[in-house]
Amino acid sequence: MKLSGAEIFVECLKKEGVDTIFGYPGGVVLNIYDVLHQQREIRHILTKHEQGAVHAADGYARASGKPGVVLVTSGPGATNTVTGIATAYMDSIPLVVFTGQVPMSMIGNDAFQEADIVGITRPCTKHNYLVSDVSKLAATIKEAFHIATTGRKGPVLIDLPKDVSVNKTDFVYPSKVDLKGFKPTLHGNLQQIKRALSLMRKAERPVLFTGGGVILSGAAEELKKIAKKTWIPVTNSLMGLGGFPGDHPLFLGMPGMHGTYAANLSLQQADLIVAVGARFDDRVTGKIDAFAPKATVVHIDIDPTSIKKNVRVDIPIVGDCRNTLRELNKLIAAERGVGWKTKHKAWLEQIAQWKKERPLTYREHKGKIAPQYVVEEIYKATKGKAIITTEVGQNQMWTAQFYKFQVPRQFLTSGGLGTMGYGFPAAIGAQFACPDRVVFDIAGDGSIQMNIQELATAVQHRLPVNIAVLDNRFLGMVRQWQQLFYDCRYSSTCLTSGPDFVKLAEAYGAVGIRVARKEDVPDAIREAISIKNTVLLDFVVDREANVMPMVPAGAAIDEMIFEEKRGKKKLSSAQANKITG
Amino acid sequence: MRHTISVLVENKFGVLARVSGLFSGRGFNIESLNVAPTLDPALSQMTIVTRGDDRILEQITKQLNKLINVIKVIDYSTETDYINRELVLIKVSAKAEHRAEALRIVDIFRAKVVDASHSHYTIEVTGSEGKVNGMISMLKPLGIKGIVRTGLVAMSRG
Repeated sequence: MKLSGAEIFVECLKKEGVDTIFGYPGGVVLNIYDVLHQQREIRHILTKHEQGAVHAADGYARASGKPGVVLVTSGPGATNTVTGIATAYMDSIPLVVFTGQVPMSMIGNDAFQEADIVGITRPCTKHNYLVSDVSKLAATIKEAFHIATTGRKGPVLIDLPKDVSVNKTDFVYPSKVDLKGFKPTLHGNLQQIKRALSLMRKAERPVLFTGGGVILSGAAEELKKIAKKTWIPVTNSLMGLGGFPGDHPLFLGMPGMHGTYAANLSLQQADLIVAVGARFDDRVTGKIDAFAPKATVVHIDIDPTSIKKNVRVDIPIVGDCRNTLRELNKLIAAERGVGWKTKHKAWLEQIAQWKKERPLTYREHKGKIAPQYVVEEIYKATKGKAIITTEVGQNQMWTAQFYKFQVPRQFLTSGGLGTMGYGFPAAIGAQFACPDRVVFDIAGDGSIQMNIQELATAVQHRLPVNIAVLDNRFLGMVRQWQQLFYDCRYSSTCLTSGPDFVKLAEAYGAVGIRVARKEDVPDAIREAISIKNTVLLDFVVDREANVMPMVPAGAAIDEMIFEEKRGKKKLSSAQANKITG
Repeated sequence: MRHTISVLVENKFGVLARVSGLFSGRGFNIESLNVAPTLDPALSQMTIVTRGDDRILEQITKQLNKLINVIKVIDYSTETDYINRELVLIKVSAKAEHRAEALRIVDIFRAKVVDASHSHYTIEVTGSEGKVNGMISMLKPLGIKGIVRTGLVAMSRG
């Protein structure tokens, strides 16, 4: 029987086991929406903006481990997905994004709602397609899912001209994919793994530095085994948080610009760094020439382009993190008489000393709520088990520092691209993927406004998503830089005219709760969790709290600055407001 | 450093844009680029000549390998033994006083006159870049009206 392109689209999604897609209709995808309307197996979530749809699919993918799927129309519908796609690309999140396109005969004619989305997204997708003929549609969709979820994961875009969705052909879904140009190396070279182990045996001050690859490949259990067996301390990049229990004695915290003293000093003093699924982002390394000067580097990564990109690597191992760590574990288990614990005793004592000297801490001011305290209370109230998304800026860093993540796929944040407006739609996607989990978006008053319209989506589905706005009426992270490096000139960072978030939440049909006193914080969080509706908690926090410690841009990561008493030189907020309006 | 990179790709629309995007996205100019189908019409061979920092070019080569439509990448600057050739068409003045000299140069460089008019000869020359540049500098005093180069093509020896 012949099926239309639109019907084939739906059949292919069913074959891929897709049950939820996020999207927004429009002219050229009407045929697809018409078919979607006549079936019950795939649920379509209508967001209020296409960017929200992509972030929601991304949150769904990060929380569930399954690829996220998006469907939008051509032109502006397609261009609105770009930030979401770039976000997923930077963090290696598997997505398949379908954009409608004007009919083949009109492409290139500046037709109504036409955009060359394949051209636009070429540098921010893992791969993309323009399907020119309905007979190629099924095979293209099969390839897209394969590419998105194989090797280093990432977003794939399929552009579907309207006539392709109308035309009919015999539906055959290929059973497998064979792409000559796409054969990722999944198993690390055994000789290299043995070399890595022999370095681990010799090292006196080793550190395991792990990133998003551990989460994406499901390597957390293998990692835990290695750390416990060898007594090597672990630091997680922002993307790697949850890959190792945040309250484990071997955990150093996050390294880098807002990393812990112990993590940064450990990397700087290490004689061996075993990097697993981490790409040595500039926010981790700080000044690259001064990074880990004493360390031999073993780098395990599925993507050869990540290796030696930023730092020199002595033992490169291209392979899937889980497979490679499993091999490493086998070799470690076969070892006898290494005496790992005694060997690393002095090193671990040194680290314990650093942890004691400069723990993560924050200053509380009388009558004000410290934003870090809010994060700590969310951690306590959720027993460390919630799915936490963040926006970008201070809210993101405080969450990374003070919520002790336990398991993978628990912390959803835009690490690479740093997309404000990511957290809330991602929380919606995560809640769809995990309806029984408690989900919090820890947000700032700036970034929550970048996709606030999705309150309507959350309320429509009565999602119990919680938003904790750390409301300081500033674009806090930029303000912090202006305070520290631009002599307190708060240029365009003051948000005093921002909306009344409680009323705003209520206008959308959500519950709004304002919390202005420290003593009310724990109860408000508990109340929000108990309410089976979308809740926005507006925490009126200390306006000029800073994320500390901090490594200034261009400095080595052991050149950290710590919280100081607020100096006289600094302008008061009131003065700052006057200057910037 | 100058690099000659050979890229075997799928013969499909958009592939050239993916490949060139990896250079342009890093602010690298492509000095010459040659693309044509291979024996298997489903594949095309590209030869790209570019200049840049070795470390960044290593990154570009790895990124090229990562493209789904790319089958194989060879950076000839890391290989010692390869042949490179270029074909050039040169339109040179053929006024009475220049003709003999033009033909002498054609002879020396084992080139060919492929078109002639009262005012101009069109010369075809094939060879390594050095040879081609040598010939061009010899012809310059006669007056070159136009020149078209294919860009280098390269192949390993043996």
